[in-house]
Amino acid sequence: MSPSAIRFEQATLAYQGREVWRDLSLAFDEGAFVAVLGPNGSGKTSLLRVALGLARLSAGSVEVLGEPPRRGNPGIGYVPQGHAFDRDLPLRGSDLVRLGIDGHRWGIGLPDRAAVRRVADAIASVQAEAYADAPIGRLSGGEQQRLRIAQALVGDPRLLLCDEPLAHLDLRHQREITDLIGGWHARSGRTVIFVTHDVNPVLGFVDRVLFVVNGRWAAGTPDEILTSERLTELYGSHVDVLRVHGRILVVGEAFGSGFELEEPHHLPVVDHDAAGSADQR
Amino acid sequence: MIDQLVHLLGYDFVQHAIEAGVVIAIVSGFVSRFVVARNMAFAVHALAELGFTGSAGAILLGVSPVLGLLTGTVVTALFIGGLGVRVRERDAVVGVVMAFGLGLGVLFLSLYSGFATQAFAILFGTITGVSSGDVILLLAIGGVTLLALALVYRPLTFATVDPEVAQARGVPVGLLAIVFLLIMAAAVAEAVQVVGVLLILTLLITPGATAERLTAVPGRAIAASVGIALFSVLGGIALSLLTNVPVSVFVTSLSFACYLLGRFVVGPALLGRERRSAP
Repeated sequence: MSPSAIRFEQATLAYQGREVWRDLSLAFDEGAFVAVLGPNGSGKTSLLRVALGLARLSAGSVEVLGEPPRRGNPGIGYVPQGHAFDRDLPLRGSDLVRLGIDGHRWGIGLPDRAAVRRVADAIASVQAEAYADAPIGRLSGGEQQRLRIAQALVGDPRLLLCDEPLAHLDLRHQREITDLIGGWHARSGRTVIFVTHDVNPVLGFVDRVLFVVNGRWAAGTPDEILTSERLTELYGSHVDVLRVHGRILVVGEAFGSGFELEEPHHLPVVDHDAAGSADQR
Repeated sequence: MIDQLVHLLGYDFVQHAIEAGVVIAIVSGFVSRFVVARNMAFAVHALAELGFTGSAGAILLGVSPVLGLLTGTVVTALFIGGLGVRVRERDAVVGVVMAFGLGLGVLFLSLYSGFATQAFAILFGTITGVSSGDVILLLAIGGVTLLALALVYRPLTFATVDPEVAQARGVPVGLLAIVFLLIMAAAVAEAVQVVGVLLILTLLITPGATAERLTAVPGRAIAASVGIALFSVLGGIALSLLTNVPVSVFVTSLSFACYLLGRFVVGPALLGRERRSAP
């Protein structure tokens, strides 16, 4: 019997009078790699906010790592949707990672060799040593994202929550970031909940999928959920799930462009890269 | 010139000016770094102008102008903090509160005859008006301010650079915004004593903005900010004593010179070295 990393019981979330999703009842075991999928505005980020204790359910209940959600739960690491840091921010990558250890504590903090070593280890684990002491605002999006991941991992979390960590990254950096997170998941055996609008970059790591559309949801293994039948049912209109060169394309009449999940501008890139990534896997 | 300065050092008012200047510069240097990182220049300006209203009211009532100033800035900080916690609405709230508060200041000014000299001192700064009692008061305000800043240093840094993660980690981001406004209120009340209401940004923006150009290491940025504020204030006092030109003229000039030097000469060299070695 393995305990649940996160468990929802008939959970409903309303935001400004509108129900985001309702009657969510599911549990993900510790050690799972969960992809949370769905169109923009379907409440994927809200799900993480509930788990972090930043938003409250309007009905039902949720447990995270066996307890009600609360801010500052040390068992949780969080990689937010990455906004670039201001170019002139007087902060190094290593300072950002350090905030993950004791940034929430009062006072100025005394010199702490153990903390410095943990920061160095976390930076090494994302291979960011070369630029960890440079001003963080001057680094590329991919470099900043690595340091955010190091910050999330430095507290040795049992549950890693990632909110669109691949947004604004090109395909090469997307793969580097997913390899980092997938590698940590494989080594540590901890849980990852990964919000993304495109499942393909993490398809090799994911063992559970939660798909949220228009307040409805479906959860299970990728093979159970990512089928034409299930998604047609979920969207309430005809949807085809195509597997092309090991990638998954969701095509439906509900989508304006008739192509991809929700962001048509991603599609040419996906198509173009499909063959290449299949070769590498 | 040196002889003249040494001679002037014998005067009580000069000693008090220097003592007050040191305290004010240290507080300004520390606070400035966060004012810049949190983009709060407009709020600083509003606090200062409503500090003017407070001290005009205090003079009218015959109580200490420094306390009046502090009351003005603290009340303003609470108003801004209470009404506009979200960044988007903050500037609008600051503008709304500042406009009304300044109107009150004009009223106090018109009610008090013979106010011109003191009004000039509050608006443009002075060094001759500092009594030994004022120095102790400034020292107390400054000490409390620095203590408060030290207490919130880590969570304030977290909330400033990375508010989303900070909030998830349990940092009370909204409360810290109000606490920092109060810290700013005290720092403004201090800095106004030297440079006056209208030139407040020269001590609460310029040192922090210059430090940002010199280093990305947080501790060094604070040290640089404090150093620049001390240099500007003490240099300004010395030059003012020698020339009889108002002290704020020199403080603003010196801090502006530091900024230009830091931004275009020293900064590019230093920051370049801090950047990665490998591409």
